[in-house]
Amino acid sequence: MHAEADSGAVVPGPGSPEAGGQQGLSHWMRVHPVTSMIVRRILLGVVTIVMIAIIVYAATLVIPGNAATAILGRNAQPAKVVQLEKELGLNEPVLTRFVNWAENAIQLNFGNSLGEGVAVTQREKATENSVTSLARDRLANSAILVAAAALISTLLGLLTGVYAAYRRDGFFDTVGSVVSLVASALPEFVVAIFCVLLFATSLFTWFPAISVLEPGQSILSEPEKLVLPVLALVIVVTPYMFRMTRGAMIEALDSDYVEFARMKGASTARIAFRHALPNALPPIIQVVGLNLLFLAGGIVLVEAIFNFPGIGSMLVAAINGRDVNEIQFIVILLAVFYVLLNIITDVCVLLVTPRRRYPR
Amino acid sequence: MSAANGAGARPAVEVRDLCVSMIGSGVPIVSGVSFDVAERETLGLVGESGSGKSTVAVALLGFARPGLEITGGSVRIGEVEVLDLKDEALREARGELVSYVPQDPAAGLNPAHRIGTQLREAFQVHEKLGKNELRGRIEELLKAVNLPTDKQFLRCYPHQLSGGQQQRVVIAIAFACRPRLIVLDEPTTGLDVTTQRYILETINDMAANFGASAVYVSHDLPAVAEVAARTAVMYAGRIVEVATTEQLFSQPRHPYSAGLLNAAPSAHQANRLVGIEGRPPRPGHWPQGCSYAPRCPHARADCRQAVPPLAPTESGSLVRCLHPMAVSDGGVLRLVPSPKPEVKGGEALEIERLVADYGGRQILHEVGFAVKEGECTAVVGESGSGKTTLARCLVGLHTRWDGEIRLDGESLRQGARERSREQLRRMQYIFQNPFGSLNPTMTVAENIEEPLRHFESLSRNERRAKALEVLGTVHLGEDFADVLPGRISGGERQRVAVGRALVVNPEVLVCDEITSALDVSVQALLVEQLRDLQMQRGLTMVFITHNLAVVRSIAQNVIVLQTGTIVEAGSVEGVLSAPKHPYTRQLLEDLPTLDPAEQATAGGAK
Ligand code: SF4
Repeated sequence: MHAEADSGAVVPGPGSPEAGGQQGLSHWMRVHPVTSMIVRRILLGVVTIVMIAIIVYAATLVIPGNAATAILGRNAQPAKVVQLEKELGLNEPVLTRFVNWAENAIQLNFGNSLGEGVAVTQREKATENSVTSLARDRLANSAILVAAAALISTLLGLLTGVYAAYRRDGFFDTVGSVVSLVASALPEFVVAIFCVLLFATSLFTWFPAISVLEPGQSILSEPEKLVLPVLALVIVVTPYMFRMTRGAMIEALDSDYVEFARMKGASTARIAFRHALPNALPPIIQVVGLNLLFLAGGIVLVEAIFNFPGIGSMLVAAINGRDVNEIQFIVILLAVFYVLLNIITDVCVLLVTPRRRYPR
Repeated sequence: MSAANGAGARPAVEVRDLCVSMIGSGVPIVSGVSFDVAERETLGLVGESGSGKSTVAVALLGFARPGLEITGGSVRIGEVEVLDLKDEALREARGELVSYVPQDPAAGLNPAHRIGTQLREAFQVHEKLGKNELRGRIEELLKAVNLPTDKQFLRCYPHQLSGGQQQRVVIAIAFACRPRLIVLDEPTTGLDVTTQRYILETINDMAANFGASAVYVSHDLPAVAEVAARTAVMYAGRIVEVATTEQLFSQPRHPYSAGLLNAAPSAHQANRLVGIEGRPPRPGHWPQGCSYAPRCPHARADCRQAVPPLAPTESGSLVRCLHPMAVSDGGVLRLVPSPKPEVKGGEALEIERLVADYGGRQILHEVGFAVKEGECTAVVGESGSGKTTLARCLVGLHTRWDGEIRLDGESLRQGARERSREQLRRMQYIFQNPFGSLNPTMTVAENIEEPLRHFESLSRNERRAKALEVLGTVHLGEDFADVLPGRISGGERQRVAVGRALVVNPEVLVCDEITSALDVSVQALLVEQLRDLQMQRGLTMVFITHNLAVVRSIAQNVIVLQTGTIVEAGSVEGVLSAPKHPYTRQLLEDLPTLDPAEQATAGGAK
């Protein structure tokens, strides 16, 4: 790509003084528009993740109680609490705890779940109670949930959006716009409960209302338990996809280059998919990225409602159990996902925008 | 043979009674347009914005823009009746039988596709060609429009080309399948004169070599004079005059044609520009009878009864007017020289050794000149000459400069923020784009009042009174006070921008390409208005433009800027009549002109 950027140089013509070489400071940015952006974004992402780790750690200190009181219950004897706190290492000063945690976290060791009551002395070595191994199966389940919801909503939103834009103000467009407006006004828990009511309990009883699994069991072994959570998420995010695709396509279809393509004699399909869509892609990619981010956050609520064995419900349990290690791990996992997704989105946008890929 | 018909027995293109209306309301946009184009002939189609010329242009390809529909008439090209074609047949005809060159090449080329892809598409949507044959055809096309044929060029994206190159790519695409008719919709608007000259020559050569007929739609009379043998003038959706171009420009018969000519500036003579007051009727509000009657100086009672027919005159042209102008009337007004303002002694603005850079590149090299009080100095140059940067340095919007700018002897700081309020008040700036410079959410009066808030402490009522007064000065009147800028025309908006600059009583006005987006009749009004202000108020002006003809009508002195260096400076009279620098000479030569005698000596496009 860089070779192209170099060789596909501006061809000087009459009245184009821009053809003169630009040197100096702007030189390296010209050569590596993509690379320089990725490097900047990764650095920024690392800073973001560190800040999130600190803020979340601080937040766990603010909520009353700790892992020891959570395990032993409200009526526990104070002496036992002190004992357990000592075993869990909760008696050490906050700063020491955080530094210890951070040192291990950098080596990708996120410690053991506190909820399982593992003694502090064993915390250094990874056991089956390490948060990473506890989260592994759940992570897979959540990934399947997000991926399925993302795939379905993206395809659905894209196709309906393109069609609605092409038949602007037609029946489909009008209905689609109204439906999407209504759907996007509903909070996800309402949608989830609505799905349960409709398809699991009262009207139809096609699918299980909750998605409980044996520990370690994959959701793929009982795919019917995936249906309602995916449906709820699809209903929540598809309207955004639809509206953004529709808007971007309409703008592209109204452009002069589409009119010119029509005047050239290009066919309808060619105009929609070869001329308009490539130019509508940047905003569409951006909204796909945003939707994925939203899904990663949205699973926390939806998983909790369906009791779905993913990291979202794990996070809720971890907060209830004041399990700092689990909380930190999951939050950082989500943060890394956010950062990576943002970078990927921006790179994709850059790749489909020649104007930015090859600056003049 | 009358001027309405092209040469030969059966014209290559025959348009009859073409009508285009709004869908739903049925309001006519184009009504009963008829004309012929002979083989290899280029017909000019002239009109101002809103005249319906562009609607006619696309209707020749059986196309109507969103919200419009072709409601009747016939467009015959060769043996094919375009308006009868449906779906696939129509798609086939577009590009192959009749092709289109859009106004803005930068917008017409798909920004997501490489040049090669777009050239290939022109063929591929119509015929299956082998790889080698395709390459050969593209090479041939590119050579014909004088573009490079190498791989590197084909791999470029549109934004990597200059405006002239983009336009030549578009022309190549239009000629690709050797269509019988080519419709050119304002193809040179927004291009530099040199590039424009080049494009006009390319169009002429291509039309001749490829044996195509052409319809050249434009608001730019001199450009039309360069390419078209016959010209039709449109006003409010109808053709009002068809004549040979020579006849039309020397002896216009329709009062509107004459009005357009009187509004067009000439680089060779400092004419008093006469604009056409009022505005063209909007669709749905066409007056009864002759649509031009409300603005026509020759209107009589019978004009308002029925739409006059497009009738032949004794000179062979067709005119839609009950009282056409006598042959001797045409062009008389053009000879009225423009008055000269009195210039007082002192120097209002002095610029010395001005050096500016942008993005690490030097834009201005030691530019220096002075403007006397009450005088107008024009700064002329093509895009990339640094003229806009110069304007932005003067008013402190571009802050990275060195040298000296003195306003009334006081030297100015770089940025507007570092300058005193009084200094800011004394020098006002009017932008090129009247759409961008006004706040669309505020009414016209509020927009005009805005600077008063910064510079003066007045009560609400006082501000309002001043705004109304200024609206009078720029000939808009109080009716405009409470309208939003989005509801008024481009020319009116630009007058509002002038009003906003004037409201704080500046001594120096910096105008950056303020007429370039306007129709000639509107441009003429604005130029005359600025000159009136200059005479009445002793206003000093720096008038930045690429249009040498306007310079002649408004400025006393001119500096010519080429890539950031002043190549020639002096009185307008001296520089434009006897240019010394080759660049100035080139600019003048490239300028399309209405005068047939000058056309013969200039450029030689025909
Ligand atoms: S018909 Fe009457 S109003 Fe119309 S242009 Fe002729 S003279 Fe003017």
